[in-house]
Amino acid sequence: MKALEEYSWCPAVQEMLRQAEKLDIETAWCRYEAQLPQCGFGELGTCCRNCMQGPCRIDPFGEGPQKGVCGATADTIVARNLARAIAGGAAAHSGHAKHLAHTLLLWAEGKAPDYTVKDEAKLKAIASRLGIPVEGKDIPEIAKEVAEKALEDFSEKETPVAWLVTNVTKGRVEKALQYGVVPTGIDSTISEVMHQTSYGVDADPLNILLGGVKCALVDFAGCHMATDLSDVLFGTPKPLVTVANMGALKPEAVNIALHGHNPVLSDIIVQVAKEMEEEAKAAGASGINLVGICCTGNEVLMRHGIPPVTHSVSQEMVILTGALDAMVVDYQCVMPSLATVAECFHTKLITTIPIAKITGATHIEFREEAARETARQIIRAGIEAFKKRDPAKVRIPNYTHKAFAGFSTEAIIWALSQVNKEDPLKPLIDNIVAGNILGVCLFAGCNNVKVPQDSGFLTIAKELARNNVLLLATGCGAGAFARHGLLTPEATEEYAGDGLKAVLTAVGKAAGLEGPLPLVLHMGSCVDNSRAADVAVAVANKLGVDIDKLPVVASAPEATAEKAIAIGTWAVTAGLPTHVGVVPPVLGSPFVAKVLTQDVKDIFGGYFIVETDPKKAAEKLLDAIRERRKGLGI
Amino acid sequence: MKEIFVRLDRCVGCHSCELACAVEHSRSKNIFEAIFETPRPRRRLYVEYVMARKMPFLCRHCEDAPCVRACRTGALAQDPLTRIVTHNPDKCIGCWMCTMVCPYGVIGREWERRIALKCDRCPDREIPACVEACPTKALVFMEEEEFARLTRLEAAEEVAKGYRIAG
Repeated sequence: MKALEEYSWCPAVQEMLRQAEKLDIETAWCRYEAQLPQCGFGELGTCCRNCMQGPCRIDPFGEGPQKGVCGATADTIVARNLARAIAGGAAAHSGHAKHLAHTLLLWAEGKAPDYTVKDEAKLKAIASRLGIPVEGKDIPEIAKEVAEKALEDFSEKETPVAWLVTNVTKGRVEKALQYGVVPTGIDSTISEVMHQTSYGVDADPLNILLGGVKCALVDFAGCHMATDLSDVLFGTPKPLVTVANMGALKPEAVNIALHGHNPVLSDIIVQVAKEMEEEAKAAGASGINLVGICCTGNEVLMRHGIPPVTHSVSQEMVILTGALDAMVVDYQCVMPSLATVAECFHTKLITTIPIAKITGATHIEFREEAARETARQIIRAGIEAFKKRDPAKVRIPNYTHKAFAGFSTEAIIWALSQVNKEDPLKPLIDNIVAGNILGVCLFAGCNNVKVPQDSGFLTIAKELARNNVLLLATGCGAGAFARHGLLTPEATEEYAGDGLKAVLTAVGKAAGLEGPLPLVLHMGSCVDNSRAADVAVAVANKLGVDIDKLPVVASAPEATAEKAIAIGTWAVTAGLPTHVGVVPPVLGSPFVAKVLTQDVKDIFGGYFIVETDPKKAAEKLLDAIRERRKGLGI
Repeated sequence: MKEIFVRLDRCVGCHSCELACAVEHSRSKNIFEAIFETPRPRRRLYVEYVMARKMPFLCRHCEDAPCVRACRTGALAQDPLTRIVTHNPDKCIGCWMCTMVCPYGVIGREWERRIALKCDRCPDREIPACVEACPTKALVFMEEEEFARLTRLEAAEEVAKGYRIAG
């Protein structure tokens, strides 16, 4: 076994890794080592499996074949594989959004009475943005029209995807029009890319990449729609404080983890759990303790302060504590191995979605029409499992950090408005211009077994903060910061440069906090990258320049999922220099690699920065910010 | 001495051994950098496809190596103890005598310097890169006796199965 910090920088995970070794339980890290060395063709993106004449592989050293059976070159194959990965990511994000649109529609039609519209003002604002008149209509009527408009966005139609074009700058829409990448339907665009990249269709690598860009734009639409509809149904997040890491598990309580991505079930579980405390007590527990993993965890953290216990690559570790009674999963980033680890304990792994089942798990199918009843059934399964818990196996790593979260766009604007009521964005812009804030960096994406967990996020963030960069985070990146205490005012005191510290302190005090705002603002789950985009769009519109001129960058130092590739691509299309800390499978085509890291800058203004060394990555992000500042003459 | 043995029925033809070999013989030893190096890092073993079978071929480091005997410049030499046949690029004149006498055709060519190129059994590694890269364990690194025993046990298992069915 290597040194523990080569696996994870999270002390709780390190403790559980020792436990896994002691109990001889296989983890993602073991399986990764068993996979090494991984296939070079796959690493470089030069393996094509798109037809049954293959698989074809291009020899990167030039001695072996340079073309697939059909004649496809490395450039064509790499571009096709990348576009398909983007389509996969877009399908996941927009599938999540579609699920919420169906739920809103069911509620509006009176078929899902367990839901409600928590944020009527946001529903009306979305309706207005979409051109739906709201005057004289009641909430269910507006909700129905918004949900129908959302569902319309999935099919091909005469007009552009509304959730894209109504949420970006005019300049970005014009750019997209110029390059023919304005999508007219979410599902139809994903389908189009699958067509474009299937056997014998598009062989022009640049054209395929543009197809990928178009698909990434529907990923953005899906993300934004998911955020919007979640806020409507479950409330727009407001700042709150909680604790993070596995120490939030309680030895005496029924511990239930909510894992996956969608709040559509998990939010109901949070609501219902409060009513089932007595049942838990009757079983001998002190009560019900809900905790979060990955982005379902982020959704219930942002709205209810449910403690996030771990993220991404370390999800198995929560079961290893021996104190988890049930893990409830919806979809995305849920490792099938959870079922195997759960077999070694009393933990009940519960799948809930028809398209996301795991052999060995208990499937309790979730229906929006009977949401509360399903939630009760799930919690009851957790209480039953609690009775079978073996106290001798319980080992909860005693690590927690205070964590502030709930920084939706609305919450950030509200905090800024406490400094300037008439013009909330002015304090932010003035401080950027004055140089107190050098720029803004959005951290997003996953943990990846190839990177010591959290090391990329922590190293880059501390370096940027020292240089007065305002930090935003979503997804498992935000989770990393939560578990390491960077979502706190104390972290601002410790790591922020003087300019940044002064600004965060001024806004924090105006907003009624004792001290500064946290060093990193947690904006939500991975679909909530749309919130950060909203802030950038608002600043760009206010300044009258497009996003590709702003000193704003993005970083996914430990990216894993196809969804991260899709988000990265729309961030680049939006105009942001976007860092990736894991080498994406594109180097087999020097042409594609050059387009992504250089040429695309001339098209959309944004570009990918691939850098696996976090210290160097921080330097490159700072350089990108300085270059943007120079461009603006500030 | 340990040798690289091939379990021919296990090769799936993924070419991972070839890539790992080229990467191991690059300056960076990292595929993402190796593919941009000059001279291009090259493989020293070859996965061939004959009569519908995938056959990894690599230097056997023959006990009585014909290539060493044929080499007029002393570029090829055999370690008296390990029997590993090494190639000194500085002494190689690219006459291809070794290529002509090698019974397995596993001596290649580095085009840039016009010199021979062959398996060096990865002197910097405990387990040769090709063996480590093989996902199906078609390539194994072990003593002859150990390999023979492995084959014997596999054969014995087949016999035992038949015996049980018959019994």
